[in-house]
Amino acid sequence: MHELSIARSVVDEVAAAAFARGFAWVSGVRLEVGSLCGVIDGALEFAFELAAAGTPLEGACLEIVRTPVRLWCPTCLKVVQPAEDAMFVCPDCGNSCGELVSGRELVICAFVGQVSAAAAAE
Amino acid sequence: MSTIGTRGTLVEINLSALASNDAAALALRRRFSTAGTKVANLISSPGTGKTELVVRLCEEASRRGVRMAVLVGDCATDNDARRIATAAPHARQIVTDGLCHLEAAMVEAALEGWELEEIDLLVIENVGNLVCPSGFDLGENVKVALVSVTEGEDKPVKYPHLFSSAGLVVITKVDLAEACETDMEELHANVQAVNPAAPCLETSAKRGTGLAGLLVSLIGGEDVQGPLSVDSGRWG
Repeated sequence: MHELSIARSVVDEVAAAAFARGFAWVSGVRLEVGSLCGVIDGALEFAFELAAAGTPLEGACLEIVRTPVRLWCPTCLKVVQPAEDAMFVCPDCGNSCGELVSGRELVICAFVGQVSAAAAAE
Repeated sequence: MSTIGTRGTLVEINLSALASNDAAALALRRRFSTAGTKVANLISSPGTGKTELVVRLCEEASRRGVRMAVLVGDCATDNDARRIATAAPHARQIVTDGLCHLEAAMVEAALEGWELEEIDLLVIENVGNLVCPSGFDLGENVKVALVSVTEGEDKPVKYPHLFSSAGLVVITKVDLAEACETDMEELHANVQAVNPAAPCLETSAKRGTGLAGLLVSLIGGEDVQGPLSVDSGRWG
């Protein structure tokens, strides 16, 4: 259940970033999650709701943007998307690919800041 | 899927979701690098034999004049630290009270009072878990994924999150391979499938197999870092 640790960290980072920019409330957070992070969307959404309670993010919605696993194939000399996330094999030539191009992201892309609680509740 | 909408002010920040842990890990990595301490983060499921391997590795290190220290994470009890303390002067337990992984701040707190300059190799035995610990940077030089021959040949492909991000893979309990009818070729092929770049070492803590090689991998100048962990794992 590392989703709770991730959610707490997201809430802390966003709360600090919002406060620094003069926002009293946050009504939404967009998070990029790579498919190799081992994060379950439902568990993260649940954990986020818990972590946000009692903070300026209370009730905020979490938008999870999934990033697929993409590999550099040294044989085909191009970026490929494997048939299965976990198998680092080129779908075209069948050779193994060791270089990950994407899939391990865990990034807070953006948040929606509100100046007051009333605006956040709208 | 919900979307955050456009009411209010959209602020793009593009910040790591684990920024606080990443910062703490970076500070640790700088401290380790300055002190000349190599650090390994050992991750596997419970029962892979991490603690026994660490005890034997301590003995191997002692024989070779390598000053080794150990931090061991568990949800409860200090049983493992007491076991390891029989073989290493520096061994401390981190009790996580149920948390499924170690975080950089816990490592930082656990190091209090230790002179890193007097430690050549710090081994951090993470909480037994194949999913959660892999995303949390502890400032280590190398992330080590372990799998025992008793767990089934397909463990690496079942838990790719860890095995694909490791800089080194260690197979434990090879002395039991025959009794368990483990297909070692298949196990190696499965490691290779999810992590073509990482070296894969066979060990037996009971027989002492592979301990010297593992020690050299962990302290040597040789780069055992896989290409998949961009931030963690570079020799400092």
